[in-house]
Amino acid sequence: MITVIRKNSAKNSSRNSAKDSAKDAGKDGPEAGGDVRLSGISKTYGSFTAVRPLDLTVPQGSFFALLGASGCGKTTTLRMIAGLEEPSSGTVSLGEQDVTDLPPYRRPVNTVFQSYALFPHLDIFENVAFGLRRRGIKSVKKQVGEMLDLVQLGEQARKKPHQLSGGQQQRVAVARALINTPRVLLLDEPLGALDLKLRRQMQLELKRIQTEVGITFIHVTHDQEEAMTMADTVAVMNAGRVEQLGPPADLYENPRTTFVANFLGTSNLIEAEVDSRSGDEIVLTAGDCKLVLPRARCSGPTASGGRVLVGVRPEKTSLTHADEAGGIPAGRNRVTGTIADSSFLGVSTQYVVDSPVCPEFEVYVQNIDRDPRLVPGAEVVLHWSPAHTFGLDAAQDIDAGTGTVGPDEGMAA
Amino acid sequence: MATVTGAPPLAPAPGPEERSPRRRGRLTPYWLLLPGMLWLLVFFALPMVYQASTSVQTGSLEEGYRVTWHFATYWDAVTDYWPQFLRSVAYAGAATVLCLLLGYPLAYLIAFRAGRWRNLVLVLVIAPFFTSFLIRTLAWKTILADGGPVVGALDALHVLDVTSWLGVTAGDRVLATPLAVVCGLTYNFLPFMILPLYTSLERIDGRLHEAAGDLYARPFTTFRKVTFPLSAPGVVSGTLLTFIPASGDYVNADLLGSPDTRMAGNVIQTQFLRVLDYPTAAALSFLLMAGILAIVTLYIRRSGTEDLV
Amino acid sequence: MTFLRSLSRRLKRRLVVIAGLLTLGYLLLPNIVVTVFSFNDPKGRFNYEWQRFSTDAWTDPCGVAGLCGSLSLSLQLAAWATLGATVLGTMTAFALVRYRFRARGAVNSLIFLPMAMPEVVMAASLLTLFLNLGAELGFRTILIAHVVFCLSFVVTAVKARVMSMDPRLEQAAQDLYAGPLQTFLRVTLPIAAPGIAAGALLAFALSFDDFIITNFTAGSTVTFPMFVWGSAQRGTPVQINVVGTAVFLVAVLCVLAAMVMGNRRNRRRAS
Repeated sequence: MITVIRKNSAKNSSRNSAKDSAKDAGKDGPEAGGDVRLSGISKTYGSFTAVRPLDLTVPQGSFFALLGASGCGKTTTLRMIAGLEEPSSGTVSLGEQDVTDLPPYRRPVNTVFQSYALFPHLDIFENVAFGLRRRGIKSVKKQVGEMLDLVQLGEQARKKPHQLSGGQQQRVAVARALINTPRVLLLDEPLGALDLKLRRQMQLELKRIQTEVGITFIHVTHDQEEAMTMADTVAVMNAGRVEQLGPPADLYENPRTTFVANFLGTSNLIEAEVDSRSGDEIVLTAGDCKLVLPRARCSGPTASGGRVLVGVRPEKTSLTHADEAGGIPAGRNRVTGTIADSSFLGVSTQYVVDSPVCPEFEVYVQNIDRDPRLVPGAEVVLHWSPAHTFGLDAAQDIDAGTGTVGPDEGMAA
Repeated sequence: MATVTGAPPLAPAPGPEERSPRRRGRLTPYWLLLPGMLWLLVFFALPMVYQASTSVQTGSLEEGYRVTWHFATYWDAVTDYWPQFLRSVAYAGAATVLCLLLGYPLAYLIAFRAGRWRNLVLVLVIAPFFTSFLIRTLAWKTILADGGPVVGALDALHVLDVTSWLGVTAGDRVLATPLAVVCGLTYNFLPFMILPLYTSLERIDGRLHEAAGDLYARPFTTFRKVTFPLSAPGVVSGTLLTFIPASGDYVNADLLGSPDTRMAGNVIQTQFLRVLDYPTAAALSFLLMAGILAIVTLYIRRSGTEDLV
Repeated sequence: MTFLRSLSRRLKRRLVVIAGLLTLGYLLLPNIVVTVFSFNDPKGRFNYEWQRFSTDAWTDPCGVAGLCGSLSLSLQLAAWATLGATVLGTMTAFALVRYRFRARGAVNSLIFLPMAMPEVVMAASLLTLFLNLGAELGFRTILIAHVVFCLSFVVTAVKARVMSMDPRLEQAAQDLYAGPLQTFLRVTLPIAAPGIAAGALLAFALSFDDFIITNFTAGSTVTFPMFVWGSAQRGTPVQINVVGTAVFLVAVLCVLAAMVMGNRRNRRRAS
C-alpha cells in the first residue's frame, strides 16, 4: 500500500516566514528542510506483526496525526522514526538523508514521551537544558529562559518535576524537546494524562506552538477528536496498517473502510445490493427500500448485484413521524422504523431507531422544536440527502472500529 | 504555588512496544553478567561440587583422601546424628511460628496504627542490627540468668512448671534449655519476619478495611478475610527468611544451650573445625542442605508463590 | 460492671498496639542490657552479672588485647566486601532488568540459592574448596566468602530499584542527544543510586556482622565477631559492650539525623 501526500506549496510558503524566525532564535538548530519519508517500514516481534510494510511521507512543516486504537502499531511507527525501535525492514529518511541506522542520539528528531519521562533527579531548568548540554553548548541560560517563557514556566525553573501539575509537566516535556529545534517533533499521546478541560486547552496551545515554530509535528493519539482538532493530515491506523489518510474533514465525510467509518465518529451502515446505475448515481436496494448514492462516494463494487454497505452519519439524517411522511421532499433516501430509545443530550436528542434494514439506526436531532410524538414506540421515517451517503465494500466486517471487538480485530490483537 | 501531584512516576509496566532496542552490542548483557556469575560459579557452585565429592571420599588427614563412592558415610551420619537434625527442624520451626505470632502485631502496628511514629518504630526494629548479634545473644545470658528477675517472675507465675512438664525447661533453670535456644533464635530472626510482613501490609489500601466494614465484616472478620490473605506474600517470604537461617544456626545453641540442645549446625561445625573428619562433615552439610531445600520447595509449592526474588 | 466492660472494650481495641509494643520491647531489651552492662565493673572474667557502676571501659575501649585490631580488620573487610559485591551485584542487576538473554532462569537461581541456603552449608562447602585447593586461610579467603553472600542481596536491592525505573527516561536521554555512556552517567546511575546505596549498606552490615561463614574461612585471622565468640569462651571484657553500644548509638543518630533533614527538606518544598 502506497500513500503519498502532495506537498501543499501554498501552505508551506505561508509557514516559511515563521520558521525562519524560529531558526534565528535557535542558532544551533540543524538545517531545516526535508520531508519525513518511511518506505516499506515494518516491525515484527517474533510472530507478532506490529507494523505491516508501510510507505508514508509527511511533508515538511505539517501537523500530522497517526490515529488508532491501542496496539494498532502507531506508537511503534513513531518510535521507529525516533530511532528507539529498529525496523524489521524498510528505511526512514529525513529529507535526503537516510537515518535508518542512526541511533536516537544522532537523529535531529525529538520526542515528547507519553507521561512525559521528565528526569526526576533534575530540576525543570536542567531538564530543558539537557539536550543542549549533550550537544556541547556551554551557555544555555538565555535559551532555556526564553523557552521556559514560551511555555509560561519561567517561575518554576528550579522546581523538580514532581512538584508541578500534569499540565505544567506536559509543557516542560514540550519545551525540553523543542529547544533543540529538531527537524521533526514526535508526540506520543502527549495529552493522554490530562483531564478533559486541560486537554482542550493544550490542544490549542500545541497547535499555536506548531504554527509559530513551523517544525513538522507527528502526533500519535487514540483520541479522534484530538487528531481532528489539531492535525492537517490524519492517518487512521488499524492492525499495523494505514486504513486511510487525508485531511480530517475528508476522512470524516468520505470514509473508505468500515473501520474509518466507525472509528471516526459513528456511522449507520445498511447492507444493500446494487440494482442499477443512472449517470453519476447508483441505485441500491435494501429490503424494500431504494437508496441512491453518488458513484464518486462509493468505494465498494458498483456493478449490478454487487454488495455494498450504505452509510450515513447520524447528524445528517432527519427524523419525521410516520403520519407526516408525505411532507418529505422527493429524492431523499428513506428508511422506516420504530423509535427504540431516545436520550436528551441538551444540544440535541439522540434517537435509536429499530429499522428492518438497520437494527440500531442512530440519529441526532437538534433541539429546535421538539416533536412530542417522537417517543419510544413511535413509527418514524428516516431520510437524508443522497449527497451525504457513502458506500463501502460489504466484504468487510461491519462492526470494525466500533469498540466491540470484531472477529478480525480479535485475531490481530 | 505549585500543585504537587504525588511522587515521581514509578514506571507503569512497560508493554511490548516499550522495550529499548539494543541493536549495538547484543553481547552487553553477557559482559555485565560475566564477573558476578563467574564469582558465584567458582565460589558458590564449585564448592558444592567439591563438598559432594568430599562426602564420598575415604582416607585420613595424614594419608589424604580419595573418592571411593563410600555412601555409607551418609548412612552413618543419619544414624549417629538424627536427633540433632530433628532438633534443628523443631527449634527452627518453633522459632518461625513464634516470630510470626510476635512479629505480625508489630508489623500491623507500624503499617496501620503508628501514624507519624511509623519511621521511628521502623528504625527501632532495624537498630539492633547495628550491634553485633553475638553481643546481643550474650546479653540473653544475663537476661535469662538463673535466679534473675525474668526467671523469678516466670517461676512465680508457675510458667516454668508448665514448660518443665513439656520438657523445654529443666527445674527452675531457663538457660541451657531448649526454651532458651528457641528464645534466642526467635529474637535473632524476628526482624527478618517483621520487615517482609510490613512491606506487604503497607501496600494494602486502607480503604479496603473500610469497604469490608461497610459490607458487614466485624474487625476480626476483616482481618481474617481481607488483611491476612493480602499479606500472604509477606508471610511466605518472612517464614522462609526466618526458617532457613534458623535451621542452620549453631550460635544460639552453643551460647544459650547445653550439649543436649545441639543442632545440625553444631555438629557440622565440630566435625569440620574440631574433629577434622571432612567426609562426615561434608555429608552432614549436604544432608542439611537437601533437607532444607526439600522443605522450602514443598512450602513454596503449597503456598503458591513462585516469584520470591 | 459498665466500667469493666468499657475497660475491656478499650483493651480489645488496643490489643494490637499492646502486642506490637511488647514485641518491640523484646527486640530492644538485649540492647538495653548491652548498654547498661557497658558501665559494669565485673568481678570475674565474665560480664554477665551486675556489680557496680564504672566508666573504665568507656575511657579505655582498646584496653583489651586484640579487640581494636579485630575491629579495624572487620571494618576493612566490610569495606572491601561492600565494594566488590556492589560492583558485581549492580552489573548483574542491570543485566537482569534491562536485557533479554538466554539462561536467564539459571542466572536467577544462581543468585537466589545463596540466600536460600543456611550459612553453615555455604561456609562448609567453601572450606572444602579452599582445603582442596590448598589455599591459605586468612583475609583473602574471608573476603571471597563475604562477597559471595553479599552479592545476592545487592542484586536484589538494585534490581528492585531499576525495575521501578521508567525505561522511557533512558530513551528520553537518548532522544536528547546523550550517547550510551552519557545516558548511563547522567540519567541511569543517578536514578538507580538509592538502590545501589541500599544494597551497599546492607552488604556492609552483613559483612561486618558475619560470624558463621567467617568462622569457617578465617583460619587464625580474628575479625570482631570472631573476637566476641572467642571471648564468650574465655571471658567477656566490658569493652565489647562499649563497642556494641557505640556502633548502635552512632548508627541510630545518623538515621535520625537523616530523617529530620529529610522532613525539613520536604516541609520546605511543600511551602
